[in-house]
Amino acid sequence: MNIVVAIKHIPSIADDLPVKGVNVDFDSVDFVLNEFDEQSIEQAVLVKEAVGGTVTVVGVDLIGELDAVLHLALAKGADKAVKITGDDPAADSHQQAKWLSEAIKGMSADIVFAGVQASNDLDGQIGAMIAAYLDMPYIGGVSSVEVSGNTATVNKEFAGGVGAKYEAALPMVVGVQAASKPPRYAPISKVRQIAQSATIEKVAPTGEASAGITFKKMAPPVAAGHAEMIEGSSKEVAAKIVELLKSKGLA
Amino acid sequence: MSNDILVITEHMDGKFSDVSFEMVGKAKELANALGGQAVAVVVGGGVSSNVFASDSTIHIDDAALSNFNPEAYGKVIEALVKEKSPKVVMFGWTVTGMDVAAWLSARMGAPCVAYAKDVRTEGGALMVSSQAYGGKLMAEVAPEGDMAIVACLAGSFPVEAGQGSTAATTIASPVDLGSLKVKFTEAIKPAGGDVDITAQAKLVSIGRGIGGKENVELAEELAKALGATVSASRPVVDAGWLPRTRQVGKSGLKVKPKLYFMLGISGAPEHLEGMKSAELIIAINTDKKAPIFNVAHYGATADLFEVAEAMLELL
Repeated sequence: MNIVVAIKHIPSIADDLPVKGVNVDFDSVDFVLNEFDEQSIEQAVLVKEAVGGTVTVVGVDLIGELDAVLHLALAKGADKAVKITGDDPAADSHQQAKWLSEAIKGMSADIVFAGVQASNDLDGQIGAMIAAYLDMPYIGGVSSVEVSGNTATVNKEFAGGVGAKYEAALPMVVGVQAASKPPRYAPISKVRQIAQSATIEKVAPTGEASAGITFKKMAPPVAAGHAEMIEGSSKEVAAKIVELLKSKGLA
Repeated sequence: MSNDILVITEHMDGKFSDVSFEMVGKAKELANALGGQAVAVVVGGGVSSNVFASDSTIHIDDAALSNFNPEAYGKVIEALVKEKSPKVVMFGWTVTGMDVAAWLSARMGAPCVAYAKDVRTEGGALMVSSQAYGGKLMAEVAPEGDMAIVACLAGSFPVEAGQGSTAATTIASPVDLGSLKVKFTEAIKPAGGDVDITAQAKLVSIGRGIGGKENVELAEELAKALGATVSASRPVVDAGWLPRTRQVGKSGLKVKPKLYFMLGISGAPEHLEGMKSAELIIAINTDKKAPIFNVAHYGATADLFEVAEAMLELL
């Protein structure tokens, strides 16, 4: 079974996001793997372990730093890694989805996994778009996948534990919310060893698509309000919080 | 091409979600500004559709649509959009809307703006505010072309403006739904046996900042001392540190406790959807620019472990 995982390298939201003009200042942010892609890679490897096959991880190399992410994916059980030399940190989801779709076309994919969303999905998520470009069905918000023959059985989550089970004829695209087991840990020694020996296939970007939106402005949100900040050392903060809770009858 | 606004409403167990009404209200405003009609679209049966303040309501009913099916819903909505050529198609940026909005955008080559907090017209042109990057940035974007798809964050507009009693017109599916690749097989009910976090007066809620499963115990001790229950944001649950029954937010549960005490949660829009109505919100986070401080009543930029331990000594 040919299992493909389409990943997204995105600006880290753990730190400040500086703005330059009307977009993120991509030169001064760290790029990280989309957190949902960690779940998606895990789900793909779980399916491979259950039914056999090959997991190929493919992503657009936006800033020339995708290798580290691909090495990690290989250390977690992926078999092949492919990078599309996009070289445009501002490439939107539509453009990335198009490049990914063109690359995936040659992989005879039986099932394609993508993270259900990413924090920079301003113009929508790549999973749903890849499904549209490849004319495959898409189900997102998925929290478990089982494959039997030519059929996938997936659980989609709605909210609060309510969900639905679907059966889909392969090939299909799955937007992973959470893998059926927490993502495995890859020891740094293994990642290093893979970084020494692994081959990453390079593919030139083909196909064009655009979000079709013009950025007019980007800035931190203007908040209607702001928390009253409690200052001081951790002990002082703790004391003030306990006092506040007691005054409201909550402690 | 028309200047109409199509709103793809959402319902489950015979009830429309709030975001459906919110979008209809906003669509009326846009339709007024653009000289079009606000059209509510109801897909699937088992619900009374005469509940919107829309100019008209189209209800598409078919046995294949009785449960949400992304493939069937996508095909039906695509056919309707092609027939109506609206100016704007509004979806909820929800677990169901997300399956169709971006797909439709790629299928039709029409722009899509997700994480939408506001939609308006400026000089006759459409402008959308998108709260991307985990709520850290707000982008103002102008969709190009004749039609835009806008996927709205729940809770962005008032519910009341969309409530009404417009009589719906029921139509059969505009496309053949006989050969679908995706089949709904069964509904999944929540696993029982755990506490119901929606029924708790006090929650100590932990996020990624808690760092690891071994640290959950500290939150549990603090919760015990406060007479509270531990809940969490999605990453904690996805990592397997707490069961899914404890998850607050868009894909979790909506809670409204008297106290929501947050340790290491940054406050992405998806989490805020589940807890912003809590009576007292206190947030501890090391990032002074975390979006949660725009929503919390009290906040502190501090080490959550030190604060939690110091609180335990005082309680």
